Formats: sequence, C-alpha cells, structure tokens
Amino acid sequence: MSGIHDFTLASARDALKARKISAVELTNAYIDAIERLDGRLNSFITRTPDLARESAKAADAALAKGEGGKLCGIPLGIKDLFCTRGVRTTAASKIIGNFVPPYESTVTSNLLRDGAVFLGKLNLDEFAMGSANLTSAFGPVENPWKRKGSDAKLVPGGSSGGSAAAVAAGLVLGATGTDTGGSIRQPAAFTGIAGVKPTYGRCSRFGTIAFASSLDQAGPMARNLRDCAIMLESMAGFDARDSTSVDTPVPNYEAALSRGVKGLRVGIPREYHADGMPAEIEALWQQGIDWLRAAGAEIVDISLPHTKYGLPTYYIAALAEASSNLARYDGVRFGERVNHGGSLDELYEATRAAGFGDEVKRRILIGTHVLSSGYYDAYYLRAQKVRTLIQRDFLNAYENVDVILTPTAPSGAFAQDEKPTDPVQMYLNDIFTVPASMAGVPALSVPAGLDAHGVPLGLQLIGKFFDEETLLAAGHVIEQAASFNHRPTIHAGVSA
Amino acid sequence: MSLDAKTVTRIARLARIGLAPEEVNALRQDMGSIIDWVEQLNEVDVTDVPPMIGTGLAKPRLREDCVTDGNRRDDVLSNAPDREGPFYTVPKVVE
Repeated sequence: MSGIHDFTLASARDALKARKISAVELTNAYIDAIERLDGRLNSFITRTPDLARESAKAADAALAKGEGGKLCGIPLGIKDLFCTRGVRTTAASKIIGNFVPPYESTVTSNLLRDGAVFLGKLNLDEFAMGSANLTSAFGPVENPWKRKGSDAKLVPGGSSGGSAAAVAAGLVLGATGTDTGGSIRQPAAFTGIAGVKPTYGRCSRFGTIAFASSLDQAGPMARNLRDCAIMLESMAGFDARDSTSVDTPVPNYEAALSRGVKGLRVGIPREYHADGMPAEIEALWQQGIDWLRAAGAEIVDISLPHTKYGLPTYYIAALAEASSNLARYDGVRFGERVNHGGSLDELYEATRAAGFGDEVKRRILIGTHVLSSGYYDAYYLRAQKVRTLIQRDFLNAYENVDVILTPTAPSGAFAQDEKPTDPVQMYLNDIFTVPASMAGVPALSVPAGLDAHGVPLGLQLIGKFFDEETLLAAGHVIEQAASFNHRPTIHAGVSA
Repeated sequence: MSLDAKTVTRIARLARIGLAPEEVNALRQDMGSIIDWVEQLNEVDVTDVPPMIGTGLAKPRLREDCVTDGNRRDDVLSNAPDREGPFYTVPKVVE
C-alpha cells in the first residue's frame, strides 16, 4: 500500500478529484515533512504553512463542488525569484532580504488561478547566479542524495537548488524553477528529478526577478515529466506585460507524453563528447541512444560546430545583462540601505558592497567591464555575433532532426567542500546546458541512471522552438526505459 | 593574466560597488582569468554575422495608448528603506 509520500503530482491530482484524500490532509503531510527535514536540507528560505492551509481549505471547498482548476489542492514550492504578493521574496540576497512584493508574478498567478497550494519560497543561488546553490545569502542547500558509504554533504546543483532538493526529498509535489544557462536542468540531474526549460517566451517573465533578460525562462521541476507537463500547462501562456512573451496557444502537454518516438529523428551532436568526460557519462549517453532507437527513433550524427564557444559567449552576454538588471539595487527605492552619511554615490557603493555576495559582485563587475567604453565591441558585440552562430547551429540541425540528445551535466553531484576555487571550473558545470539557452530553444532533463557512487545522472533533450510536446514525448520514452525509481537517503517517506 | 588594480577599481566605480583593498586583489586574479577565458571568442570568424539581440520569437506589438495601472503610491513606496511622506529620501545632491 502506497503512502501519502508516494504520490506524484498526477496521482495526487487524481486522488484529490476522486476525494480519496483531502487537500488539507495532503498539505498537512507536506508541512509536516518540511518541519521534519528542512532544518537540515535548508531548501526553503520562507515557509508559509498558514497560507498553505488556507489555500488547501479553499481547494477542498472547490473540489467538493466538483470545481477547481487542474492543480486544485496540489502543494508546490516556489523558487524565491518569483514575486509573491505579500510574501517576502529575496532572490537569496541580503540586498532585498526583506522585500515584500506588492504584486504577484504572472507564473505564480497562473498556478494560483489553477488552485495550487504554495508551501513557501525555495532557496537558490543569489540572484540565480551559481551552479551549486552555495552562493545563497540564506546558506547552502543540501542534496538529499548521499554517495554510497559516505556522509559528505553533496550540492543539489544550481541555481534552482532549493527547488530540486525539495522535490527530490518529497517536501513538495512540484516546484517552479528558472533557467538562464542550465539552472533548472543541472539541479534536476543532480537530484534525480525531471525539469523542463521551455522555449524562451513560453512562460512570462513578469514578476520574476531578472538575471539575464534575454535568457531567463521559468519552468517546472517535479518527480517526472508527466508532473512537469501538468505544471507547464498552467505556467505557460501569453502575457502582455512581458514584451518577449510569445502569443501562441498552450497545448495539452500531458497528452503529448504518450506519442512515442517512432520515426522521430534524434540528433547526437559530436561536439558534446567533451574532453575528459567521465566514461560513465559517455556510457549513459549511449544507453539513452539505445533506448530511443529501440523505441523506433532514428539516430542521426549531427554537428553543432560552435558548441565550445557557448560558455564564454554566455558569460559575456549574461553578465552584461546582469550588470544592467542589478543596477536597480541601490538602496533608494527598496532593499537594504547602508548610509554612512556621505554622498549619494557613497550610499550606492556602501549599500551594494554590503548587500551583494562575492559571486554576484564578480559577475556585475565582469558585466560592467565588457560593456564599458573601449571594450564593448571587443567583448559584448562579438559575443552577440557568436550567439547568432550558436543559434544558427541549432536551426541548421533542426532541418534534419526533430530533437537532440546529450548528457545534462559533465558529472554527478559533487560535495560542498569539493567546490572548485577557480570560477571558470565552476562555470563548466553548465557546458551542456548553456547552448540551448543561448539559442532560446526548449530543453529538459530526465533522470536516467546512477553514477558509480550511487548519485543520479540525467540526460538532456533539446527541441525545436515551441515544440515542447515532442521533447516531452521523447523524454517520456527515456523515463520509461530507465524506470528510475531510486530514492535519495533523505526523503519524507523514510522514517528517520 | 591578472587585471591591474587601477582597472578593477575603475570598473567597481562604474558599477557603484565599494571594494576593500583585499577584495580588489582577489578580483584582479578572478576577473583576469575569466577575461582570459572569454578571449577564445577572438578565434571565431564573425565577418558579416549580425549580432543576436534576443531570440526574435516575439513580435513587437502596439497597444492602445491608455492608462492600465497606477494610483498605487503606497504599494510603490511600501519597500522604501527610508521615506518622508510620499517621497523617497536620498542624501543631499544639490548644494
């Protein structure tokens, strides 16, 4: 007999509709799990149990009348980058550590419209800048997974590390993430869950605290792709308040899962065979190829010639945008002010010195440098041109294939104290995820196996613009073939 | 190659981030190694390649020229670190 902590989002939805369980019971079980485990995992920055119970009651009332949206009564966690009206929203930074938005982001209002219950705000790298959730001003998040025979604390990946850890540990049924260069997919891979970065423009950016506006895209993170599909259908949609939102209908993503891959052409980019890639990652990738071929897909070798320039291009483009976006945190209109009684410039400098962490400062400074007079053409403009070439690589590939398969990350989760000291080494975590972000195409990660230490590894699928359906169908084939049903050491369903 | 202290200080001034001397030193190395690493883009031939500005998926659109939001002064001011009545306060900027 399965317990309350064995629910997926889809099975909980069905049990709620059938009135086999109430939203209040479900929500209370999750609040209890958070109280038991999150002191250790630190996946939440702000917990909202009282608000959650109120929403659950409202959900039960709607369900009793046979009403309620597609997420009615489903307990979710929200990355603390989405503004939530009346609930503190910090971006994991001291500089807006007490910011209480007077408005709701479009993505979270869509989820609320459909009846979701919010359990609180989830930890992340400060301003979503990081790949290990070690840069949060509210402390690191612990990955609920352990290596065999070791108690070392592993990182959950980043920047959506709190979202990933909370889903993996069974503290929420699903979570929102944001992905600028891999921030949904890499943590999903590190924690053995599914995560989808939709096409740029699919989910509104309104009310999501900006890192790099031309790359930032919200998406779902959950135990499996069905759960992600259900969430994405709610999160996506045109929004006039985001000038980059695309006005195209939202399909029934859940229905696309069962399409299969018969006759689908799957591209394998030769440039993703990175130097020094661990043999087990290569083996997993080959396994993925075999699974798709066995399900009827045609495997095609392709070339994405500018792959190696993805990361350096990303770090110029994203950091330039970040330096501009983060200029607003000046201690005048919101945030924490540090005033030593000097000039306005001194107020800005003292406020930003005290409010930003080291990684954020480093990135703002690099971004400022590449935009500054005398360097703009050499760095920023050149990167924008290389970005065109990276996008062309994908568009050319899609003349011949429907979807592209790669590993999600070059390794499994590493330990908190194994963090590289060289920032460039840390950036290499995103080597496989960044190119799709640069091109704006959708991509997802599914758990596909365990490494030699017993820590999860993910495979990435990259799709055509607005073809999340094919992506989900192919991902579902891998999911079924992998039948990944391992659980992390720390999980709500395991009695301590 | 590490950046010189003068360059780091100039960039920090542009970004309005106050830095302690030991931070300047650490950043000379870190920023230098990141800059060296992105220099590899110089080997790419970008002749006649237009810069990519956004993904080009969303079409620019016009909307009716009318007020759709507003009269939310208290909301706007609700997170001000310091205010006087309906105003943000800043240090004196005009003598």
